[in-house]
Amino acid sequence: MIAALANPRAFIRFSQWAAPLLGAVAAVLGAIGLWLDFTAPPDYQQGYTIHVMFIHVPAAWMSTFVYACLGGASFIGLVFRHALADAAARAAAPLGAAFTLLALVTGSLWGRPMWGTWWVWDARLTSVLVLFLLYLGYMALDAAIDDEAKAARACSILALVGLINLPIVHYSVVWWNTLHQGPSVFRAGGPAMPPIYLAPLLTMVLAYTAAFGALWLVRIRSEVWRRRAGALALRAAD
Amino acid sequence: MLLGRELALSWGRGGGPLLALAFYAATATLLPLATGPEPARLAALAPGSAWLALALASLLSLERLFERDFEDGALDLLALGPAPLELAALAKCLAHWITAGAPLALAAPIVAIALGASPTLAPMIALTALIGGISFSFCGGVGAALSLGSRRGGVLIAVIVLPLFAPPVIFGAGAIDAYGAGLDWKTGLMLLSAFSLACLGLGPFAMAAACRNALS
Amino acid sequence: MMIRLDIEDLSVARGDRILFRKFGLSLAAGEAAALTGRNGAGKTSLLRAIAGLIRPLEGRIHFQAENGALPPEDARSRELHLIGHQDGLKAGRTAWDELKFQVAWTGGGPGAAEAACERLDLKRLRGLEVRKLSAGQRRRLALARLVASPRRLWLLDEPLAPLDAGRRAAFGELMKAHLDGGGMILAAVHDPLPIAASAIELTA
Repeated sequence: MIAALANPRAFIRFSQWAAPLLGAVAAVLGAIGLWLDFTAPPDYQQGYTIHVMFIHVPAAWMSTFVYACLGGASFIGLVFRHALADAAARAAAPLGAAFTLLALVTGSLWGRPMWGTWWVWDARLTSVLVLFLLYLGYMALDAAIDDEAKAARACSILALVGLINLPIVHYSVVWWNTLHQGPSVFRAGGPAMPPIYLAPLLTMVLAYTAAFGALWLVRIRSEVWRRRAGALALRAAD
Repeated sequence: MLLGRELALSWGRGGGPLLALAFYAATATLLPLATGPEPARLAALAPGSAWLALALASLLSLERLFERDFEDGALDLLALGPAPLELAALAKCLAHWITAGAPLALAAPIVAIALGASPTLAPMIALTALIGGISFSFCGGVGAALSLGSRRGGVLIAVIVLPLFAPPVIFGAGAIDAYGAGLDWKTGLMLLSAFSLACLGLGPFAMAAACRNALS
Repeated sequence: MMIRLDIEDLSVARGDRILFRKFGLSLAAGEAAALTGRNGAGKTSLLRAIAGLIRPLEGRIHFQAENGALPPEDARSRELHLIGHQDGLKAGRTAWDELKFQVAWTGGGPGAAEAACERLDLKRLRGLEVRKLSAGQRRRLALARLVASPRRLWLLDEPLAPLDAGRRAAFGELMKAHLDGGGMILAAVHDPLPIAASAIELTA
């Protein structure tokens, strides 16, 4: 299916029905997720702030997932020299950065009542912050190089370097935390999460993924159109 | 042979390591001005700040690593030569480490002590700075190669590269702190060395790919 | 040793703009071609594509040796010289150091740098820093490696632009000697070359 999508025209046709569908799925799942979320009982320890978790955890998951997608698209663009893959990678970056920012902000909001401060340098939050910086670096590089093909390749190399680095950064931050015994050893609901919370959480994760899919397809499609328009304009000018 | 030329180039231009050292001294001076001269607090921060300022000072000369060759056509010659471009990138980063990283590493203990760190930490600081310098030079080289032909140069390199500096900064500072506290410092040092070796081994491939992209 | 260069159906683009399509050229040992065309027509890009720095959109570039086809990597790293617009010289080093490096880098023998100095009348400039040389002197220094490290194919991008008439004639002698020895020259020029060469115009 991926190979069939590689043709830009086929892709545009695909995205024209797939994007609204995914958008609808995202809306429905999001509504269900939020309803489940608000009807879930407050956690005995965290009180009503547990509701922020349903926004925060999926966002954090998405930030890494989108980076993996970006890395995958970059790899295909680099190895197979496919313009659509390049466009996909660059389209995904702002979306990923938005999810990461959402994760950081909601993480801070969630932590405030518990820790008493707006920010804590624990392993997870710091890793997410570094991931945010990686996204910013990617977007800065994309914006700074004028030639589109060169920008795409340079960004692809950066994305792969970042992808390799990501687990290292995460590990290093975890290691650093064990050294310093930070003020919170923060387990945002690990496997011991009661099932009453699992359902809304998973629903929200799926909703976010669908939303990302829809937005990503729309962005790639508009990128393809933009390039076509640009090429037509150049040819008309000759 | 290429290494010799690269060394001569980076040493000769702009007074060798003096500029980086001056920058290092300047940032180190600003630190107590910013945080207050309280000895206890400074001493606690000292090794870490010395380490951080070292990373920033290495960034300084990175822009020139590939940009000059790109502009005057020497990069073409390197790309077309008998040796692969990866080796040329390796030689450039090694030269950068020898002329900037190593002097900074030797200055680091002095700076740290000036900021109030205990002198017993000095050998550890120098060692971590020396090894960490490799990762700074090579990661920084990747950033420099990627920004070839872009409009923003130095700041762009910093934005790309600083997140990648996080692991060596963490490992190095962690090793120093552990050494000072009498805890196991070998792990931190080994992690730092592993990261630096990885940068040395893998960096040139990314750099060469980025250079070829810029030349095309 | 390379004896022939064949280009078929070459199309090159820069960014989104296609410079030229389906370009063809054959150059055998002893032949020279002068590439002409308006500015921006793609002469530099063609030379760089042959040298392997730019990837063409389509087309084939063949390097032929006496005993069969040459693999492109070998041809590009050992059988051709590319002298571009820029000189590839580092401003802070002396002329002699740069020449020695370029000769060693391109595989010239031990006495080659000396000999090249003689041929191109560079002896007085040896100790000077490159930044102090004039454009013409720098160009002669850059051209020196053509003489010092013999390679069959010369890809030259406006090689004689900064040189005066006397120097151009002198370099013409060098080019003639190169062709007589079985070499090939492809030069992008605005003015006629001081040697006999077939003229090829590069159009879109």
